Amino acid sequence: MSVENVLEMRQVSKSFPGVKALKNVDFTVKKGTVHALMGENGAGKSTLMKILYGIYTPDEGEVIFKGSPYIVKSPIDAIKKGVSMIPQEISPVLNLTVASNVFLGKELTMGRGVKLINQKQMVQDTQTLFDELDIDIDPAVSMSKLSIANAQLVAIATAVSYNADLVIMDEPTSALTEKEIDKLYAIIRNLRDKKGLAVVYISHKLDEIFAICDEVTILRDGEYIGTDSIGNFTKERLISMMVGRSMKEFFHKEHADIGDVILEVKNLTLAKKFRDISFSLRKGEVLGVAGLMGAGRTELMEAIFGYRPAESGEIFLNGVQIQIKEPHDAIKNGIAFVTEDRKSTGIFPELSVKDNMVMPDIDNYLLRGLLDSKKINKDCQSQRTAIAIKTPSLEQLIKNLSGGNQQKVLISRWLLTTPEILILDEPTRGIDVGAKSEIHRLIGELAKMGKSIIMVSSEMPEILSMSDRIIVMHEGAYSGELLRDEATQEKILQLATGESL
Amino acid sequence: MSKYGIVVIFVALCIIMSIVSPAFRTMRNVTNVVRQVSIIGIVSMGVTFAIITGGIDLSSGSMIALISVVVASLSQNAVNPSQPLSFVIPIAFGIGVALVLGLLLGSVNGSLHAYGKIPPFIATLGMMTAARGAAALFTGGRPVGNLKDTFTYIGTGRIIGIPIPIWIYIIMGIIAHILLSRTKFGRHVFAIGGNEQAARICGINVEKTLVKVYAFAGLLTAVSAILLTARTSAGNPTYGVSYELDAIASTVIGGTSLSGGVGSIPFCVVGALIIGVLNNSMDLLSVNAYWQQIVKGVIIVVAVLIDARKQRRN
Repeated sequence: MSVENVLEMRQVSKSFPGVKALKNVDFTVKKGTVHALMGENGAGKSTLMKILYGIYTPDEGEVIFKGSPYIVKSPIDAIKKGVSMIPQEISPVLNLTVASNVFLGKELTMGRGVKLINQKQMVQDTQTLFDELDIDIDPAVSMSKLSIANAQLVAIATAVSYNADLVIMDEPTSALTEKEIDKLYAIIRNLRDKKGLAVVYISHKLDEIFAICDEVTILRDGEYIGTDSIGNFTKERLISMMVGRSMKEFFHKEHADIGDVILEVKNLTLAKKFRDISFSLRKGEVLGVAGLMGAGRTELMEAIFGYRPAESGEIFLNGVQIQIKEPHDAIKNGIAFVTEDRKSTGIFPELSVKDNMVMPDIDNYLLRGLLDSKKINKDCQSQRTAIAIKTPSLEQLIKNLSGGNQQKVLISRWLLTTPEILILDEPTRGIDVGAKSEIHRLIGELAKMGKSIIMVSSEMPEILSMSDRIIVMHEGAYSGELLRDEATQEKILQLATGESL
Repeated sequence: MSKYGIVVIFVALCIIMSIVSPAFRTMRNVTNVVRQVSIIGIVSMGVTFAIITGGIDLSSGSMIALISVVVASLSQNAVNPSQPLSFVIPIAFGIGVALVLGLLLGSVNGSLHAYGKIPPFIATLGMMTAARGAAALFTGGRPVGNLKDTFTYIGTGRIIGIPIPIWIYIIMGIIAHILLSRTKFGRHVFAIGGNEQAARICGINVEKTLVKVYAFAGLLTAVSAILLTARTSAGNPTYGVSYELDAIASTVIGGTSLSGGVGSIPFCVVGALIIGVLNNSMDLLSVNAYWQQIVKGVIIVVAVLIDARKQRRN
């Protein structure tokens, strides 16, 4: 291998039950470069980096680091060998000082026997490190006093302090302002040029890639697409390499008649999450909402449903303004919400399938103040047959069902409330292909019945094949709208990364 | 099997004791055990509701003390004509005040937790300390005796040969069971304990439901306080010490998970009966009182260990 490559990953493959996450991926990083790793959600970037950081072991392939084979079983191994990672969401210990955070897990001690923490030395060493990196933070203050941006800088300094040869940065700018980003760039360049450090830089933001990276590797659907130096790329070429997938294996929504406007959202704003969002939804329409992670799509849906109400803006239902302060108000107005995260906001794991189904609509199942188990059984049974939920019985605890069937129970839950508007947030995330196409067919049928559907999805094929119309969000703002016939993956990605068409 | 394991243990315990000790299987002893269990048993049903929501109630013991002195002072015989007031107060008034007081104190617990966002452990710990102090303050630290016979009858009387406290335990058990398993409120209790965020998404008013849960627990505590006061013919600010712990123990032995979302009233009753039968058995076998405490402690820990293992398997 050539001396200038600090890392060579060759023909790396990794499978998880039901998915092949990486297929013979090559990834080579040169010493003293900032290397962008790009791809859509689910392209395999995180899996590849987790292999590098010792969280996963590859099924096949080899990794050469600094000229010798690299086998790591845990992040500790990886750090020892000279690879460190700054996760997307840093989690500092707020009650400790900055210096203690930098030295977390490798505290300097003094004395023999009972080893006391040598706070003074740690502060001094941290100061030296900060001076070297041109970071202006007092190492002796409590971590809780730092802004998110400064905490991010401390995380970077910490990663470097392990004498790393390669640092992985996963979306390092997601919490930073323009000015702070410039500071981050300066530090990265400093590390690259003076220390010969290699950086793997993961980001969805094209501007950043062009500003700071030297080389780019692109993955798509777990496969290696290509590597080139940044000078040879245009934004258009980057985007077309990231997408460009065949669409034929996906379900296509049948035609449904689209009626009048049923829901209208005007200037909805929730500070730091989304701002000034306006759109309308018609009867029988499937409205896709596209955007990258962190674009504020889920937060927008939560606001419409009253889970985390917006600070300002108006919502009209059939032309009449409605007030939605809590989910109960939304349900009363015929709005249903299948949330993004089944586990944390969806299922009641310890309750039965039928108890899970009737929860939001329980008022309809009362007979003289008591639950009417006959009616509950009847309605749940008909849902079970209608959308083919595979469960031994309605008494089965929902946690024992597969992900796809859990999702079907949750959709049934909301269909029982007989909504006019269904908000589906990532309706097929993490479920198998079979259940996925069944859910797609169901969405089509619901639209045909005249229900109006808002579907948030990060999967391009899903958005493109199911939506009558697509709105795209970028960093909390509305960035454009595409009709079914004009929408392409390239156009969506362009809008989602903040470019205009 | 694992779900009914506790019932099997209970039945086995009863069979073994019936063989070992002739005194155990007498009707007299059985009613005695159940009557003793009823006081804690009623409290533990309210605690079960709180624990299913993922909370806890530590205040029941002290609330028993406070409510007992209040109800006792409203149920005294007139000592002389200068005390005409207590003579005219019907016992129903004292009982009514006691129940309302239980509801109120419970609502305070619930509001501190739900709206004040204080962990229920701390909210009810505060109530535990304050209610004990209030009870002592109310009577100057003395017990309140000389209660009307009509009042003490609640604790000592029998209907068809069965002591009234047992009847009340049964009635409260049925009410609590229906409330938990067959009403909207009960489903909401499980929903909040199982997944609070999902409960909110389903349009459940989590705060209001939590206040109701702790108010209900307070109400049941008041019922227990009335029974204890009537049974002993006195109210006393020292009553109920560590009852909350016995109630929690009954609940946990009955399989209610401390992490919330799981539990049932019938099993809570079995849990309380196990503790009662165990106490009684050890008395009959003249086990040293200190050993009794150790045995009880071990059983509580083992019950939770089993629960924790079950959780891990999932």
